[in-house]
Amino acid sequence: MMREAFVDTATRFLDDPRTTIVLADISAAAFDPAAARYPDRVVNVGIREQLMIGVAGGLALTGQRPIVHSYAPFLVERAYEQIKLDLDHQGVGAVLVSVGASYDRAAAGRTHLSPADVSLIDTLHDWTVHVPGHPDEVPELLRRAVCGQGSAYLRLSTQANTRAQVGDGELVVVRDAGPGAALLVAVGPVLDAALAAVADRPVTVAYTHRPRPFDTVGLRALAGAEVILVEPYLAGTSARVVSEALTDRPHRLLTLGVGRADLRRYGSPEDHERWHGLDPDGLRRSLDAFLRSAG
Amino acid sequence: MSFNLQTSHMTVTIATSPPGPPLPGPVGAPLERLRAGRDFGPNVYSTIDVLWVLYDRILRVTPQRVDDPDRDRFLLSKGHAVAGFYAVLAAKGFLPDDWLDDQGGPDSRLGDHPDRLLVPGVEIGSGSLGHGLGLGVGTALGLRAQGRTTPRVYVLLGDAELDEGSNHEAIAYAGATGLANLTAVVLDNRSASHGWPGGAASRFTVNGWTAATVDGRDHDALHTALTGHDGHRPHVVVAIVTGGDQP
Repeated sequence: MMREAFVDTATRFLDDPRTTIVLADISAAAFDPAAARYPDRVVNVGIREQLMIGVAGGLALTGQRPIVHSYAPFLVERAYEQIKLDLDHQGVGAVLVSVGASYDRAAAGRTHLSPADVSLIDTLHDWTVHVPGHPDEVPELLRRAVCGQGSAYLRLSTQANTRAQVGDGELVVVRDAGPGAALLVAVGPVLDAALAAVADRPVTVAYTHRPRPFDTVGLRALAGAEVILVEPYLAGTSARVVSEALTDRPHRLLTLGVGRADLRRYGSPEDHERWHGLDPDGLRRSLDAFLRSAG
Repeated sequence: MSFNLQTSHMTVTIATSPPGPPLPGPVGAPLERLRAGRDFGPNVYSTIDVLWVLYDRILRVTPQRVDDPDRDRFLLSKGHAVAGFYAVLAAKGFLPDDWLDDQGGPDSRLGDHPDRLLVPGVEIGSGSLGHGLGLGVGTALGLRAQGRTTPRVYVLLGDAELDEGSNHEAIAYAGATGLANLTAVVLDNRSASHGWPGGAASRFTVNGWTAATVDGRDHDALHTALTGHDGHRPHVVVAIVTGGDQP
């Protein structure tokens, strides 16, 4: 599971005296052994998310490298102004690591759903966003985020592909349908469903687990006249960067992802995947309609 | 409004409306240059004394030490109290006097709220209320994690700023964990819309802080209060200045 991979890797990074883990009760028990060993650098502030980000900003002002962790809606949405001011405006960085992506906690209802997290982070400047598609992708992405400069958001999910992808975030072709084929870009854990959806269609599939900065060079190299984006968070989140990258080319763009409506339904992540059209059947319906509508 | 500057003395006598007490001497000239004929509200004058006592008698920081990891930190959380802050920083040599002209202008480094990336000696950019104490807690934790036992973190808030719930997250946590290298200063000019029945200090002491409530214009009382921490718990100084009408 991604969360376990995160806890193990983050704990190892405590060997570096700059690393400081900031928690708001979520996953605190999993970090108990680390906290016992490094009581000054594993900080649980209680259920206080504004303070969690403020503390990260203060730590970074002293030169520490904070890793801040909670459920996505509480980490990103509840304390958005703290992210904007206590990190960005102070000119310091932190690594934010969430669990509870989109509808991972479907049965918990709207309060625990967070499809807008990447969109919110995308209102800020110069953030790196990692969306691993498999637990084995987590350690390297976390290492890059912690060892890097600036701020990064690592979005962990209980949804995962069957196989891990390697790479540094640039677009990787996982299915090549040849010249002139439409390009589908799958971000993180939606890759398996996307591959199943295009099984017998003339669509090239590329994968990334780093939607920001988006690999626009790779996109320009792979894209023809039709681009399909499949993202595990709000539909259209990356439409802006794709459109900017292809400004000089006539192209059509289909953006698939999680809808904006509060469905007021519980169920499982698989149910929500289906309701948002992100299961293989739903994706196939959308991309068939898109490809048919050409010309 | 008229001013009678007597810069050869320790204090500058000001006749103003509302009537103000003497300004700390070295602050008068830079404040006048910054003011440039504008009217300053009482909130500016209510904060200058505590700022002056901090920079003149408490904080172990100089213009040469603004990047020294072992310096004391002063975080101005109520970022709108910036006029006196700039004047004190200028009086202490952190910024050149000519920066005081055209505050808020297109080429000025001095805004109506301070930006730490634009002004040497400014530890945090502030303006939106309720951010300084959380940043101060993090700074105190960072210093502790680095084994730096000398520097102390001071955060200046307003009594109306205490309305922001984020402060109470920080107050509760710092008290519960005995964050001993942190001092909050609440400039209480009685501007919180719904007040703090029982006094602002009680919000801190119930969470395990030590507290001193003093006259915010009495320099010796401020000095005593600002050095009154016991080394085991966070400390709050409530500096009461009446006559203010802004947070």
